[in-house]
Amino acid sequence: MTDILIKNLPIIVVLCPLITSLFVVLIPNIFFSWVLTTLSTFLTFLFSILLYQEIQIHSYISYALGKWMPPIGIEYIIDKVAIIPVIIISGISLIATIFAYKIMPEEIEKKSISKVYSLWLLAIAGLLGLVTTGDAFNLFVFLEISSLASVALVAMGAQKDKQALVAAYNYLIIGAVGATLYVIGVGLLYGITGTLNMEDLTNRISDLNNNKALIAGFGFMIIGIMVKAAVFPLHIWLPRAYAYAPSAVSVLLAATATKASLYILARILFSVFENSEDLINNTLLYVILPLSIIAMFAGTIMAIYEKDIKRLLAHSSVAQIGYITLAFAIGTKASIAAGFIHMFNHAIIKGGLFIAITSLGFYIQKRITINNLSGLGRTMPITFFCFVLCSLSLAGLPLTAGFISKLYLIKATISSDSIWIAILILISSALSVVYLWKMIEVMWMREGRKIVIKENPTIYLSLIFITFLNIYFGLDASLVVDGSFEAAEKLIEDLK
Amino acid sequence: MMTIENFILITILSPLIVCVLTPFISKSTILRDCLGPIGGVVSSWGAYNIMSSALNNQNITLEIVKIAEGISIGFEITPLGAIFGLVASFLWILAAIYSVGYMKGNEEKNQTRFYAFYAMAVHAALCIAYAGDLLTLFIFYEVLTFSTYPLVTHKQDEMAQKAGRLYMSILVGSSVILLLPAIIWVWVATGSLEMSQNGVLDGKLDVAYAPLLLAMFVFGIGKAALMPIHKWLPAAMVAPTPVSALLHAVAVVKAGVFTMLIVLTNVFGIDFLAKTGASEWLIWLASFTLLATSIIAIYKDDLKARLAYSTISQLSYITLGGALATSMATQGATLHIITHAAGKITLFFVAGALYVGAKITKISDLNGHGLCAPLIFLAFFIGSLSIIGVPPMAGSWSKFFLMLGAADSGNEVVIGVFCISTILNAFYLMEIPARAFFFKKERDIKVKIPKLVLIPTLITSFLTILLFFFIEPFQNLTSMMVSKV
Repeated sequence: MTDILIKNLPIIVVLCPLITSLFVVLIPNIFFSWVLTTLSTFLTFLFSILLYQEIQIHSYISYALGKWMPPIGIEYIIDKVAIIPVIIISGISLIATIFAYKIMPEEIEKKSISKVYSLWLLAIAGLLGLVTTGDAFNLFVFLEISSLASVALVAMGAQKDKQALVAAYNYLIIGAVGATLYVIGVGLLYGITGTLNMEDLTNRISDLNNNKALIAGFGFMIIGIMVKAAVFPLHIWLPRAYAYAPSAVSVLLAATATKASLYILARILFSVFENSEDLINNTLLYVILPLSIIAMFAGTIMAIYEKDIKRLLAHSSVAQIGYITLAFAIGTKASIAAGFIHMFNHAIIKGGLFIAITSLGFYIQKRITINNLSGLGRTMPITFFCFVLCSLSLAGLPLTAGFISKLYLIKATISSDSIWIAILILISSALSVVYLWKMIEVMWMREGRKIVIKENPTIYLSLIFITFLNIYFGLDASLVVDGSFEAAEKLIEDLK
Repeated sequence: MMTIENFILITILSPLIVCVLTPFISKSTILRDCLGPIGGVVSSWGAYNIMSSALNNQNITLEIVKIAEGISIGFEITPLGAIFGLVASFLWILAAIYSVGYMKGNEEKNQTRFYAFYAMAVHAALCIAYAGDLLTLFIFYEVLTFSTYPLVTHKQDEMAQKAGRLYMSILVGSSVILLLPAIIWVWVATGSLEMSQNGVLDGKLDVAYAPLLLAMFVFGIGKAALMPIHKWLPAAMVAPTPVSALLHAVAVVKAGVFTMLIVLTNVFGIDFLAKTGASEWLIWLASFTLLATSIIAIYKDDLKARLAYSTISQLSYITLGGALATSMATQGATLHIITHAAGKITLFFVAGALYVGAKITKISDLNGHGLCAPLIFLAFFIGSLSIIGVPPMAGSWSKFFLMLGAADSGNEVVIGVFCISTILNAFYLMEIPARAFFFKKERDIKVKIPKLVLIPTLITSFLTILLFFFIEPFQNLTSMMVSKV
């Protein structure tokens, strides 16, 4: 029994949320639909932990779906790289689901809750499929599953604020354009190579050095994924979507959605197209690097001037995605590792911040703008304390996870002789303190309305847990750091 | 039998335990108020033992947490650190007693929070003192900044908010943008974050880059308050006086100059600096800061502001001593950490006592009040003499060594700078007892100084005299520090 389980793990991780999503929709009771969702995300997380252990032994697992051998059949690949986003997505979904218990019924009417949970699981399944599949077209399928589910989830915010519909529509259109671009790229590649399996693609591409169709296909694919990953300036769907989605959905999307696409980006750049060195180097140097630097500053500056807190955090996400793509753009082993470290750390940081902010919104029953935060630090010490710690982690201050990311990122840039990039990163991260401090100061300094609010354990437990993770991975980062370096080694080895 | 490793733990953990316990026993005010001084006694007992072991030349390292391959939080005893640790932990006892008297006398709000973060700041300062590598140093440097923010903004009003903003933006900004990359640069250049008695950069860093790297360190260490990044210190004076006394005259700023000295001696190494002349410009910058802030101090009528500028000027003595890159000057700079701490904390204690006792903050309001509180003004007088450098006060030793060091390095101009600054010191500090005792009284006021405020003040002023006679163990440590070089 366990043998079968272990053997089929790569697909079970995806199937677990996918199948439960079909059943959740049938349960009318709010509580039981939540229990089933939690159970399913918990199992998914458990399976990904098992998968992690498998990876430590085998370091590479290829799974042929339905025993159709690749490259004809669809192949699922888990290696030391793919396991990182798998753990991030399944872990964060579990935390977000637990957090959703109290928040979700508050914002969504009773009769649609089970449908929301169904979409929720569907989105998770899509994201997990996205990172485990080894087939370029199958990837498109999962891309669409996750996008459509997330769009519908964002639209559910309309019960509270009609703006959510606009946000969801934007997300849908831009997301669809991105996906279409990607699939055009896949089509072109299929035309010249006759295969959809990624590994097979890699081998066949090596013979077609300067084929125009190859370059065009690569361009389409990359831009399509960059839309999904919200790389500046293709991020415009993101702030609205995060801001108007129901609270729990913001948490889930902010922490996981772009991470999956960023991983795909890394995989296309360093693994699928590893044999077209000129193409990759030019893309990194002339496209990704400048865009990342602009993203770092644009996102931060937008965040400084933003009044709506959820949007503010979304802008900050754009900047943080900039750090990750910047790390990829430098393209050394150390910097790619730094990118993966930050991918993991940013997930727990942003997850924590969104949980903190949305729970504040839950308590005061208002949209959270900077003015509504006045004095909340004094009335809600626990939430405030966790919020401050997660903010410090985002700003990259010592003893938090964010510091580890920054440390390795700066070290990687300095070792690759680009001190000016290091200074730019530091200036932008110092600027990020400005908007974080703006919020902390308002909560701490200003007198607020005299309200007595009792913080709710079902809400703050997940917050405390994710804050704890921020501190824990700041003190004992070897798991993340080693994992990321192994991943980077794998990708770079591919590149050679 | 206690090992020295345990003493390190005792010293750094006792303030942390105080910090954690304080909120839980806040119901019983007496217990809460006693906690600080008790923690101080335990902590300085540990620091004292650490210092004796440092005198025996034992090499002690202690790794606490291994964060990842090649980076860890660890501690190591250096002579310089042993001195700073003892100064910070010992003065914490007195400052803790003083703050109880002050906060009670002033009926301040949120006292529990105040004591908790106060202890946290001391913890961070002690961790800096015993930091075993550059990363540990940086981590606790930042912890110190953040733990003092609630103290600086204790009043939570508009003024405090503004000051807090300036405080954080300068300290965090400089350390994140300059100090962190400088540290990582050293890491990349030498392959490790270790420091060593002889410096680690010789032969590892292109000499042409040395002044640039040094500049990144110097301006990154905002806590050392060199011009033009000194503004945070006067701004931080909105904090209650016990904070200004222990933190902004001793722990925080001394952590700054301590970091500066460690960087100059244990990262660059005095020989490397002397050979390359990388610190030449720092001599002039420090001299300029020293004189300019002394002159600014003369024009400050607010007592705490004047003391703040005087502090900046005295910190530059220490930086200057390091930058001169001779063994005498380095010794003088290190001794100045101790002597200035004792002197300046006395002066701040007096400023706080006058505020608690008579709500006086301006120097011009002091006229003729000397006899209302003679002991307080006597303490101020003694403290000032030490800062000015008159024997038999401790301050004379450090100035003596600094001048010898300047002569050693052949910078005669610097000797002149020291002399002028001494005159300026006398000018702006002596005005206060002079006004108090010799000017005509303008109005009658009632001065009532709580005992818990008065006694620590007298002790610290007595300490400045005592240190003059018992400087030997410290001087042995400083000569050990430079003899290894």
